[in-house]
Amino acid sequence: MKEIRIFDKTGAFAGNKDIARDIRLNEILKYIGDENKIVLDFSGVESATQSFIHALISDVIRQRGINVLERIYFKNCSITIQKIISIVTEYMQESNY
Amino acid sequence: MRIHLPNSVWLGNIDPFLRAFDVLETDVLEISSHQKWVSVHPVVLSMVCAIGLKMRREGKEIKFYKPTAISKHYFERMGLFKILGLESEIKIREHESAGRFVTIQVIKDSKQLDRFITEMVPLLHSEPKKVEPIRYIIFELVRNVFEHANSDDGAIVCAQYYKKSNTIRIGVADCGIGVKKSISQSYSPKTDIEAILLALTPGITGTTTKIGGTESNAGAGLFFIKSLAKVDRDFFMIYSGEGMYKLLKNPKHKGVRLVADPIKDHASYNNNYPDWSGTVVGIDLCLDEHADFNALLDLIRDFYQKARKQKIKEKYKHPRFV
Repeated sequence: MKEIRIFDKTGAFAGNKDIARDIRLNEILKYIGDENKIVLDFSGVESATQSFIHALISDVIRQRGINVLERIYFKNCSITIQKIISIVTEYMQESNY
Repeated sequence: MRIHLPNSVWLGNIDPFLRAFDVLETDVLEISSHQKWVSVHPVVLSMVCAIGLKMRREGKEIKFYKPTAISKHYFERMGLFKILGLESEIKIREHESAGRFVTIQVIKDSKQLDRFITEMVPLLHSEPKKVEPIRYIIFELVRNVFEHANSDDGAIVCAQYYKKSNTIRIGVADCGIGVKKSISQSYSPKTDIEAILLALTPGITGTTTKIGGTESNAGAGLFFIKSLAKVDRDFFMIYSGEGMYKLLKNPKHKGVRLVADPIKDHASYNNNYPDWSGTVVGIDLCLDEHADFNALLDLIRDFYQKARKQKIKEKYKHPRFV
């Protein structure tokens, strides 16, 4: 299982979509394949924008299907970040990707 | 081209100020101000700065008529003359800005934005839950400029805290391509206001016609920001081209319900303003009334869930009773 520490890349506020894109392309999508599990560790990150979370995971869901969420673990998320992740995963399912 | 800074401009009464803006293309930008007192929303300073920088870049002249108002020092302290490369002759002793205002900033790339956000938070002297939406709004609005505006001068940001009303007022302006041109990459709005209304609708972005957006754009940013103002019962306005949409203060006796169609909000909108080549966004956040940011996220989540149920309902086949 691969673990990615978001704080190391974004600092306390995760808003920069370019960073989200890099994590998605170079780490999540490269590693996750059809079986691998991944941990996105948000410890130290106080908050994030919806745009950041969208850029981080929406295309992973698009490419791998919604069941990929069973292999992505969101660790140490603040309540705010949990809510934003929930919003993004829910509207991704509504839009049928 | 001429801008006059009147006695008082805030989002509630910004319409006459915008209408008085003379956009006739000339080689000179003339800026004048009320003789006795000028008190303007930060969005006005952002606009003046954005248009001034554009004129400078195009090698045109800026003529700032010497301000005589007692409050003229405000322009100097906010950095207006310095950014526009003008000699103001106004001497001031700079008081600490922390907790009171964020001087006009020109932000051109992600690195500058990250640095600005990091430096701005301690300046606000507020509890984290109050800082959260302010940081969120500025970050998202400036990112919008980077991604959609194609602005040579970046985003011009300004913010001020008003102690009496315990309100933070924020302005972000650019002289980029404007909302209509940006959204027209995927949609065909006939007017600027039509484009603005599309941009405020969740799930719609200029980068694709697909509802829900692309891997990097969900078309939710402006909807989130407008929702923050709505939940907080504050003003929000967006002005681009000849269109201006203003979310009015939600009456206190009415509950807050988020809706996808911006026309259904308590708002005014029109397409008969002087043509602003770019985009301007202003927002107020009253820290007294401030709803918990997490509560807003619950409302947004609830909004999306209801939209989903509605969609599922629409797919049901209904019996035809004749």
